[in-house]
Amino acid sequence: MLAAIEVRDLTVAYRDRPVLWDVDLSVPNGVLMAIVGPNGAGKTTLIKAILNLVTPSAGHVHIFGKPYASIKSIVGYVPQRGSVDWDFPANVLDVVLMGLYGRLGWIRRPGRTERAQAMEALEMAGIRHLAHRQISQLSGGQQQRVFLARALVQDATVYLMDEPFQGVDATTERAIIALLRDLRLGGKTVVAVHHDLQTVPDYFDEVLLLNVRRIACGPVPAVFTQENLGLTYGGRVAFLER
Amino acid sequence: MEQLFTDYTLRTVALGAALLGAVSGALGTFAVLRRQSLLGDAISHAALPGIGLAFLVTGSKLPLVLMVGAALAGWLATALVIVITGASRVKYDSALGLVLSVFFGAGLVILTAIQKMPNAQQAGLEAFLFGQAAALVERDLATMSALGGVALLVAALLWKEFKVLAFDEDFGRSLGLPMRPLDFILTTLLVIAIVTGLQTVGVVLMSAMIVAPAAAARQWTNRLGRMVLIAMGFGIISGVAGAVISTSTARLPTGPTIVLCISGVVVVSILFAPGRGLIVRAIRHQLRSTRFQREAILMDLYQLALQHHRRDHPHAEAALQAMQPGGGKLRSQLKTLAAQGLVRQAGKQQWALTSKGIAACAQLHRDRS
Repeated sequence: MLAAIEVRDLTVAYRDRPVLWDVDLSVPNGVLMAIVGPNGAGKTTLIKAILNLVTPSAGHVHIFGKPYASIKSIVGYVPQRGSVDWDFPANVLDVVLMGLYGRLGWIRRPGRTERAQAMEALEMAGIRHLAHRQISQLSGGQQQRVFLARALVQDATVYLMDEPFQGVDATTERAIIALLRDLRLGGKTVVAVHHDLQTVPDYFDEVLLLNVRRIACGPVPAVFTQENLGLTYGGRVAFLER
Repeated sequence: MEQLFTDYTLRTVALGAALLGAVSGALGTFAVLRRQSLLGDAISHAALPGIGLAFLVTGSKLPLVLMVGAALAGWLATALVIVITGASRVKYDSALGLVLSVFFGAGLVILTAIQKMPNAQQAGLEAFLFGQAAALVERDLATMSALGGVALLVAALLWKEFKVLAFDEDFGRSLGLPMRPLDFILTTLLVIAIVTGLQTVGVVLMSAMIVAPAAAARQWTNRLGRMVLIAMGFGIISGVAGAVISTSTARLPTGPTIVLCISGVVVVSILFAPGRGLIVRAIRHQLRSTRFQREAILMDLYQLALQHHRRDHPHAEAALQAMQPGGGKLRSQLKTLAAQGLVRQAGKQQWALTSKGIAACAQLHRDRS
């Protein structure tokens, strides 16, 4: 079966320093995959390189066998929540509607249909009641849900998420993981940068262990081993008794 | 006021200033939200050598010729900033400062050289330093409205694309929108907005017309669309006010007068706007801290009463004072609580919770745990 995401020999360098080195990655269709690794391992860069937001020095990316550029619209992106200025003059609905801008085409503005779709996405993210809230008044967890809703409204097939659990409370974390499982149930593929090693086996089917190079990649039970984690984090992980 | 409609000069000046205010307010909003306020400053200063060179090359003082020269120089400056930050380790703000001063210096040299040329044609170019609204004629207005009109129209057509560019450029790119060309177009519109205003406000202070209306407008609204409209309104009002004052009275330089007017609008907005204004926020903060202090006194009474078998056991004011170090307004706070029916005075300087007060304490306790 065709892989949802196929990455071959991906290398990214900032100035002379390689941030990602010769990374291969194959994400099967319909799984939840975590990307884990220490700070500076290139997790965010990998996501951005797949989306062509940073230009790789070498390698290529295919989505369902086609070059990314030709099927951008089936890939949804949830950036890190800290990557934007939340004091921007907009409310929650405005931000979620941005998820439809690519589909709308030039000059057309979002209308009633689009607003209804956005409300539906907000419902899925559990924040329908915040639709008209100014975005500067949101908590961290609410900001995260707004970004999720913005990606949901795209109705993509593959989702790339950069730390969707970062700095959210326990309730929000449970809500987000429930949402990811719903997506998987609907046949979607989700790749998420993740920081909490403890929850990897609970939340994800597959895992990519990354530290500039690919250390290991595959189903969690096979790959998420003490030995591989030691290789990834340089032997600094001792707490994970399995 | 009547003069505004009958006096030709005054009408031209007011129209020109209104145009400049509207265009710079709208495009300035995007510049401010994209943290490009200083880019506006660099572009406007960089326009000076462009104006000088355009005159030297063509020998013409047609507004369109000078504005094209200014726009090209402004764009060249922007491109240079991008090249410098991309190719070296010089940071964005330093690159802006470098480009701004080099271009402005070159502009002053060129202008001085032009003034020393032996023909009368050159007079008037120095007005571009601080602006001279009184010198505006219908021909200038025509050029300004054509350029400004195009800028506003393009901004309206590409509204949602510019919105996502300003809020989350990477996300826009992931949607398949051509963010780099859009960035190029929006920066070009900013250059046009600046060039449109140069003759009226001058290169030195034009950036204020980009930053100030938008900064003031942000105080009054939380929606992008309204912010653009309010910034345009502020730009128009201060443009007209400043231009009219400077032309009709003691020949004040137009640029500085307009900038003083818009600065007034900014100060008022920062202080008095509802929601974000400093004064409203100070009042709200004061109200909140007084309320917190009252709740603390109530809880103190509750804590004291817990040591007795009756929750409404009275306690001395001195004991409460000891539990609230720095709580200077204890007596008046207690009176407010009494007026709310939460406590009652039980003897001289003795206070006790009422049954309503006990219920309120229980509620507060639940809220906080």
